[in-house]
Amino acid sequence: MASVHDVKKLAALARISVAEELPSFVKEFDAILAYMSQLEILDLPSDSAAETPRLRNVMREDGEPHEPGAYTEKIAAQFPACEGDALVVKQVISHE
Amino acid sequence: MNKFNEFTLREAARALRAHECSVRDLWDACHAAAERENPALHAYLEIFDADDTAIERAQTRIDTEGDNAPLLTGIPLALKDNILIEGKVASAASKMLENYRATYDATVVTKLRDAGALFLGRTNMDEFALGGSTENSAFGVTHNPHDTTRVAGGTSGGSAAAVAAHLCIAALGTDTGGSVRNPASYCGVAGLKPTYGGVSRSGVIAAASSFDQVGPLAKTVEDLEILYEAIRGRDPLDSTTIPDDLYPKKAVPQRLRVGVPQQMMSREGIDAEVRAAFDATLATWRDAGHEIVDIELSLAEPALAAYYIINFAEVSTNLARYDGIRYGAAKRGETLLDDYLESRTAGFGPETRRRILLGTYVLSAGYIDAYYRKAVAARNALTREFDEAFTKVDVIATPTMPTPAFKVGEKSDPLSLYLEDAFTILANLTGMPGLSVPMGTVAREGNALPMGLHITAPHQAEATLFAAARMVEKGQRS
Repeated sequence: MASVHDVKKLAALARISVAEELPSFVKEFDAILAYMSQLEILDLPSDSAAETPRLRNVMREDGEPHEPGAYTEKIAAQFPACEGDALVVKQVISHE
Repeated sequence: MNKFNEFTLREAARALRAHECSVRDLWDACHAAAERENPALHAYLEIFDADDTAIERAQTRIDTEGDNAPLLTGIPLALKDNILIEGKVASAASKMLENYRATYDATVVTKLRDAGALFLGRTNMDEFALGGSTENSAFGVTHNPHDTTRVAGGTSGGSAAAVAAHLCIAALGTDTGGSVRNPASYCGVAGLKPTYGGVSRSGVIAAASSFDQVGPLAKTVEDLEILYEAIRGRDPLDSTTIPDDLYPKKAVPQRLRVGVPQQMMSREGIDAEVRAAFDATLATWRDAGHEIVDIELSLAEPALAAYYIINFAEVSTNLARYDGIRYGAAKRGETLLDDYLESRTAGFGPETRRRILLGTYVLSAGYIDAYYRKAVAARNALTREFDEAFTKVDVIATPTMPTPAFKVGEKSDPLSLYLEDAFTILANLTGMPGLSVPMGTVAREGNALPMGLHITAPHQAEATLFAAARMVEKGQRS
């Protein structure tokens, strides 16, 4: 079911490299997906899929949840790289 | 040498008020035990230094408020490493967050602080709460206090081991598919997964958001209840928390109708002695006048496949936020894409990578109907089966885990580990509360290994669970 190509593609989509683990992942994914595929043949009451989900999104009113800047210093301290309060990231648009 | 650390929460609260020990004595006893035993058990990832101000404040409350002080005042607790304590590292046992310091308190931490509780340290877990043995921690496995060659269970293995070995008075864990109840069973302590929405998850690192709940681990059922009451309740910071009366309230029945899904009990892999202990527990209930009822849950078996599909999907979605840009592990390559790839590859351990990839698979356009949507439909149908069963019974009982704790390294194949969760995942799929309480021990290689009984009840019927669990506990003591 899972091929080397499939696993590599999934890894690329998930932004992860899987060099060393590739052979073991292919083998494990086969077993795991074979087990999961029992659901495909499972007969469910016809309305199970259409049922209104019990979980729904709960929104709050727009507004300031706290003083602006109250957490800036603490959050900036977690940045891998910063200039003042600004997060430094790699340039993605080149002007060459 | 005092043994204050061996107190239950209730005993410690009484001793503090009777001035048989001070808050400082209690802290020192727990802290010393943690320092002494942790090298062998690896229950804690970090043991905190004493917070003198908090200790003094708790003592003042005991002295001035006496019996009016909350029961948790001055009680040293251990917290799983995915629960945020401001200023402390919260790594979810991952290299990805090894350097991450919480910028705020989780709501459960605020509630415990307000009640005067003290925090001993952060406990080991499977990375991002993915696993069932704490072997997936990026910082090494936690050992079972009853036999250190065995696992403590997981994913809250550190919290369970710390409670069992008296390295704290009680602890908090989180439960996504059994992560509180599984280690409670393996370590011989009590553990509760509350009703979905019962306890705030603000400040708790997400694994699978439609399953995750924070739950207590404790030495007695009474202690579980004290902690649960302290942390529960609606929270404006977590919109998934529910009001007290969302589900119909039921009085706790004097005479319990206990449902047993017999077809699940004949599944492969249930240890004969676990089965015998389970049957013996049912027999004591029957002798005490309670009714044992065979129930059918035809979807309980395929539910495991549905659980894992939803787990993979939600985990891969939740962990997409770790990109190496804003916080946590941050590797730098040639391009922005390299930054993502290198950070995520270095930051995530093997099981986390496995689940992210599987989640990407079950959510991909070609497979979402066959896997994810079918799993969600199966989950709805399963919940209806439980609702139907609860018109005939008050609680449903099974063993918590099919076996006692296994050896470290014994289960290297991921699917075999997933299959261990067959009993516990049901409460996460339905959102109903589940509780594990010790039901005796089995002898293995000269060690007495604990086993847990699992009880589940309708949404918000925690009171019935506590009553049923107290009976089992009483039976074990007599």
